[in-house]
Amino acid sequence: MDMFSNLALGFGVALSFQNLALCFVGCLVGTLIGVLPGVGPIATISILLPITFGLDPTGALIMLAGIYYGAQYGGSTTAILVNIPGEATAVVTTLDGHQMAKQGRAGIALGTAAIGSFVAGCFATVVIAALGAPLTKMALLFGPAEYFSLMVMGLCFAVVLARGSILKAFCMIMLGLLLSTVGTDLETGQERLTFGIPALADGIDFSVLAMGIFGFAEVLRNLEAPEARDVVRAKIGRLLPGWSDIKQSVMPCLRGTFIGGTLGILPGNGAVLGPFASYTVEKKIAKDPSRFGKGAIEGVAGPESANNAGAQTAFIPLLTLGIPPNAVMALMVGAMTIHGIIPGPQVMTRNPELFWGMIASMWIGNLMLLIINLPLVGLWVKLLQVPYRLMFPAILIFCCIGIYSVNNQPLDVAFTAMFGLFGYLLIKLGFEPAPLLLGFVLGKLMEEKLRQALIISRGSFVTFLERPISAGLLLVAVAVLVIALLPSMSKKRDEVFTE
Amino acid sequence: MKKTVFGIAAALSLALAGTAVAQGYPNKPVTMIVPFAAGGPTDIIARIVGDHMSKTLGQQIVIENVAGAGGTTGITRAMTAAPDGYTIAMGHLGTFSAAPATYPGLKYDPLNGIQPIGLAGGTPILIVARKNLEANDLKSFVAAIKATPDKFNEAHAGLGSVSWTTCTLLKGQLGVPKLNAVAYRGTGPALNDLVSGQIDFMCDQIVSVAEQIKAGTIKAFAVASVQRSPALPDVPTTTEAGLPEYQIEAWNGIAGPKGMPKEAVDKLVDALNKALNDEATKKRLLDLGAVIPTAADRTPDGFGAVIKRDAAKLDPALKNAPR
Repeated sequence: MDMFSNLALGFGVALSFQNLALCFVGCLVGTLIGVLPGVGPIATISILLPITFGLDPTGALIMLAGIYYGAQYGGSTTAILVNIPGEATAVVTTLDGHQMAKQGRAGIALGTAAIGSFVAGCFATVVIAALGAPLTKMALLFGPAEYFSLMVMGLCFAVVLARGSILKAFCMIMLGLLLSTVGTDLETGQERLTFGIPALADGIDFSVLAMGIFGFAEVLRNLEAPEARDVVRAKIGRLLPGWSDIKQSVMPCLRGTFIGGTLGILPGNGAVLGPFASYTVEKKIAKDPSRFGKGAIEGVAGPESANNAGAQTAFIPLLTLGIPPNAVMALMVGAMTIHGIIPGPQVMTRNPELFWGMIASMWIGNLMLLIINLPLVGLWVKLLQVPYRLMFPAILIFCCIGIYSVNNQPLDVAFTAMFGLFGYLLIKLGFEPAPLLLGFVLGKLMEEKLRQALIISRGSFVTFLERPISAGLLLVAVAVLVIALLPSMSKKRDEVFTE
Repeated sequence: MKKTVFGIAAALSLALAGTAVAQGYPNKPVTMIVPFAAGGPTDIIARIVGDHMSKTLGQQIVIENVAGAGGTTGITRAMTAAPDGYTIAMGHLGTFSAAPATYPGLKYDPLNGIQPIGLAGGTPILIVARKNLEANDLKSFVAAIKATPDKFNEAHAGLGSVSWTTCTLLKGQLGVPKLNAVAYRGTGPALNDLVSGQIDFMCDQIVSVAEQIKAGTIKAFAVASVQRSPALPDVPTTTEAGLPEYQIEAWNGIAGPKGMPKEAVDKLVDALNKALNDEATKKRLLDLGAVIPTAADRTPDGFGAVIKRDAAKLDPALKNAPR
């Protein structure tokens, strides 16, 4: 079969000494910046870009890709250990991953995340190799209308399945959507909700909001009872999950891979939805959904697999269409162009060694991440044994550096501090910050897609029902809401969630 | 964070090198602000040219990406910085020529209140359309647009972007300023919907669309420059295709705040010219489909004239554009 000879070519390229070394360096750097809160792959890749000038294009891209998926992986480490999602995709991991860490199962949470990511990475590599081209066609079926309906469905699921009161979750999502509208209007250039502050003209940055509401707020909360939460640093537990853990994680891991991999292909950063969708599905089909949010291993295995699978399939639109689905991929386009390869539908035929070499290197990279990370888990966890009086200032400093490095805007740091206070207030009032962040992440895209769809349809809302895929997605959304609001269901739900 | 590390490293090497280097301009790294996200066309040109300029200057040119408001956030920061030659910016057609008409509250005056250094590169603009659009050449496309403007959707990468600026000029010249325009966040997503046929046409830089045209996923009507592009020799110029008045190029150029020392301006102009004469650098730019500016345009006066020329050309169309 063609695929095997292609993969053989790819492994031939990826297994050269130079490319192996570059892949290793990329994964290592990626893990490191992923672990450091705030310093994201976008900043790192753009800083390292000129250093790759001297390399051949394949080697350079292998290294940059390694940084990207290495960072996805490292981000979950911070999410589990200190409850700070470094990346939008790690938000969900904080829910159960950090709870596991609090229960002294940090090692198992990290191990599960590593193994889940590896399994997902393996499958995603095969999927890219086998189905890259046909899957691209599917992504092209998604116009603005379909994309909007998909996000409506995602938010409906978010409301229904959030922990605690349905009303509070709804409020959080709405607040997230509202925060996402801050900034310059895309169509007219009018400034909205900026209060004349120039730094707000481009809206609130994701990392500013996430670091504030998760990172700073978490630190504030810990200051309340300085010695009460020593569990995390006292006990790490085993690294490798036991047999019962594995049994519990296998299916979530496979489902997560499928969900994340599928959503990752969609244009407009569908990968962000992956971990969330996976978490939702796991919670929905679990025998005892009340365990979620309290350290359920499925809540780590599924989303982590989805995250990694999505991170890899996000390369499909870039490699087969030449169209980047998210900011990091846009940077990869830049990296390719700097090396004289202009991304487009012809990369696969014109630069087969680059295309297949990169795909093969992803599999090798995932193996490397597993090898790098399992022994390193001990080291990361040691970081947590640093006394709080040293660790908290360090976390805050790294967050501040990271936030400043995103846009080089001092005001961003001040905003993060403000959101930190706000996040603390939310915790005190029993509001979940995760739905807010989800609403925020999807809000910008949703508004953009809604307006694009309406402009194309000349203002007719019927367009969302006329297009079959869009109508189907909306139908699911309505069904979910109706089921959740039925009296019998909502009563049962209350019972499940009140404790 | 890495930037600080570079800075410290540069400062250390400077200290070790002794006093000889510390005299004259430049005696510390020069910051070049790129007012767009890393990886975009402007950023790529800045990094390629900046890499070689660093060698001539003997000091690192540090690229700082300050994105926002169609590039005017970053340019404002550069133009209001101390005019000591250590803060310069790589702007483009939008931030220097189109900005005054696009952003009424602009805090810098690109026509008279900046110190131009020189053009660094130009990128031809193409009019492209979805592959199954009925019109097959520019003439029938223009005729169809003029006959039924309501049936067309144009895509652009947001207010103030090159695609918005150049397409607004085109619509102004065709007499259909109110043609349905769909805004996207960046060229990538816009191109995605053009390939999948959700929208009808857009104007964009050759580097973004050339590969799609070669692969036949979209079609090109014309290139808005005097000569055909070597990257796409089959695409006619607007003059050949029957729309000679539509001439526009998405150039990139370096400028600093007004009042920079003459020594700094001269050294930067010299470094820019050496970079653009260097074969390796030139090849990198040509591979992008870029055009190497003429010797006259690589000077402060030449670049200043280009800014004023294009501002005059764009002004009427941009002021009449619907908001």
